[in-house]
Amino acid sequence: MEEKLTLFKNRKRFGIEKNIDIIFKNTALVLSSFVAIILLGIILVVFFQSFESFSRYGLKFLVTSEWNPVKDEYGAFTAIYGTLVTSFLSLLITIPLGVGTAIFITEDFVPKVFREIIGSFVELLAAIPSVVLGLWAIFVMEPFFRTFFVFLHNFFGWIPLFSTEPTGRNSLLAILILVVMLLPIVTSIARDSLNQVPKKLRNAAYGIGASRWKTIFSVILPAALSGIMAGVLLALGRAMGETMAVTMIIGNSNAFSWSLLSPGYTISSMLANQFGEADGSQVSSLFYAAFVLMILSLVVNIFAQWLVKKFSLKY
Amino acid sequence: MNSLYYQKRLSRNIGDKFFTSLSVICALIAILPLIFLVTYILIKGGSQITPELFTLEPNPPGDDLDAGGINPALIGTLIITTIASIIAIPVGVGGGIYLAEYSKGGAFSRFIRFGVNVLAGVPSIIAGVFIYALIVSTKILFGSMYSGLAGGMALSILMLPTVIKTTDEGLKLVPNELRYASLGVGASMYTTILKVTLPSAFRSIATGVVLGIARAAGETAPLIFTALFSYYYITGFGDLFYEMGSLAVLIYNFALEPYDAQNKLAWAASFILVLSILSVNIFSRILAAFTEKTKRV
Repeated sequence: MEEKLTLFKNRKRFGIEKNIDIIFKNTALVLSSFVAIILLGIILVVFFQSFESFSRYGLKFLVTSEWNPVKDEYGAFTAIYGTLVTSFLSLLITIPLGVGTAIFITEDFVPKVFREIIGSFVELLAAIPSVVLGLWAIFVMEPFFRTFFVFLHNFFGWIPLFSTEPTGRNSLLAILILVVMLLPIVTSIARDSLNQVPKKLRNAAYGIGASRWKTIFSVILPAALSGIMAGVLLALGRAMGETMAVTMIIGNSNAFSWSLLSPGYTISSMLANQFGEADGSQVSSLFYAAFVLMILSLVVNIFAQWLVKKFSLKY
Repeated sequence: MNSLYYQKRLSRNIGDKFFTSLSVICALIAILPLIFLVTYILIKGGSQITPELFTLEPNPPGDDLDAGGINPALIGTLIITTIASIIAIPVGVGGGIYLAEYSKGGAFSRFIRFGVNVLAGVPSIIAGVFIYALIVSTKILFGSMYSGLAGGMALSILMLPTVIKTTDEGLKLVPNELRYASLGVGASMYTTILKVTLPSAFRSIATGVVLGIARAAGETAPLIFTALFSYYYITGFGDLFYEMGSLAVLIYNFALEPYDAQNKLAWAASFILVLSILSVNIFSRILAAFTEKTKRV
């Protein structure tokens, strides 16, 4: 018996096999650290490329809206304002729609088959490339909404948001196409977090006589709130970084206007539009704008992740 | 006595009805765009499909009636996504293997998992900007500036988080008994991973990777100033180092042209792009549902 044990103890792997094992592990380690390298690389590269513009304009870049390659004067206020306004307003429309749809899918208003079909329909919407949505927005949405925008201007023109005469592409169209893009994200995450709420809670609420919507509003939604919030933040990050559809429909004008019915700009659409032909300090200024965009989306994303970690698995 | 029956006029029942119809309306509004969009693309784009579309070069914009075909863009999309996959799949699968099989939940792996999520949230245009600064403007690839290779690299940055995530999650679903059994009969760690865990997670990983590729195929923003666009046939290996067209950039460029012929070409390209992306999605969904059913048995 003892002999056998020592036999096993002395049995070693062949040198080659052992080495392969170690190499394999370390290769995997290196490959996994690529993510960190790329992430840090992106941040550093964009930061250093924007350095020239950063040192010249400083924080003034963020609040002035002059963008003049001839005079070499750059300020990204219009684009930053456009990014924030389009993403927040589109989110404002998307949240009730998305959560409403998610509730519809998780409740038993219609048979399960229909709910599943609607659910996967909405998710398929997320798979459609944004450039195709942009094409659709140019040729279908814009003509469709034109009369509505004229109506909006005629009746609510006294509100600064609708104060310009609508002529073709504008910020409001960008907001609407963003809604189409964000709906799948908000809906599917809201649906998942609603599904995770334990059945007990619902039964308890029904048991003490709450109506269906009383249950939803005071029990289910509060329990799923953190997950929904995280989904909303992820959608916000997407909205801020979304490029193609917005670039194609927002009109790309750097003239600042409060009105949603006038052409606007977002950081990403500015990058898409100008990066190819830019040179000199314009490139650096574009990198500066890209840096601002990156910081915005990083903050939103990290906050979303923190929220998920902090509040998930409460039940 | 009456209180035992459902009373229509009770305020709570009216409220319930109201909110129910509200959520039905929400769901309708959510799916209407998809139905409009897909039918419109299928009708408008499908009517432009001709055999020449697949064989001809696009004509440079002008007011000709004939816009030509999309052959270079179609091939370009295939090449660029292939390059992206060649880079992203090994790196992503390797990284996912480390996270799922080797890491013990320490600071490093938590940081990497966090990094994966952050990288997934980086706007796609930033990936383009990064590759532009790193590769296009430095002409590091044998003196070529805009190239299909650079475009593929930009896309691979977008694919990477998806591939790592699906590998990590797919491997985590493999029951530990399999690993114990393999290690127990004396297999080394890498044999266990390559011969046991990876094959049993293959289908879920493959589904995720294919979905990632489908998503990358439709990305435009990272390509517009890395791969740029080209009107000419791709003839040989050397064309990798020059501007390369893609369906997505073709749609972007030609949608903004004032000429009807180019717009029609954009619709045709959208038709092909959407049809292939949707069919990949639906197919992998069916496959995933099918595997789930067989697993339960």
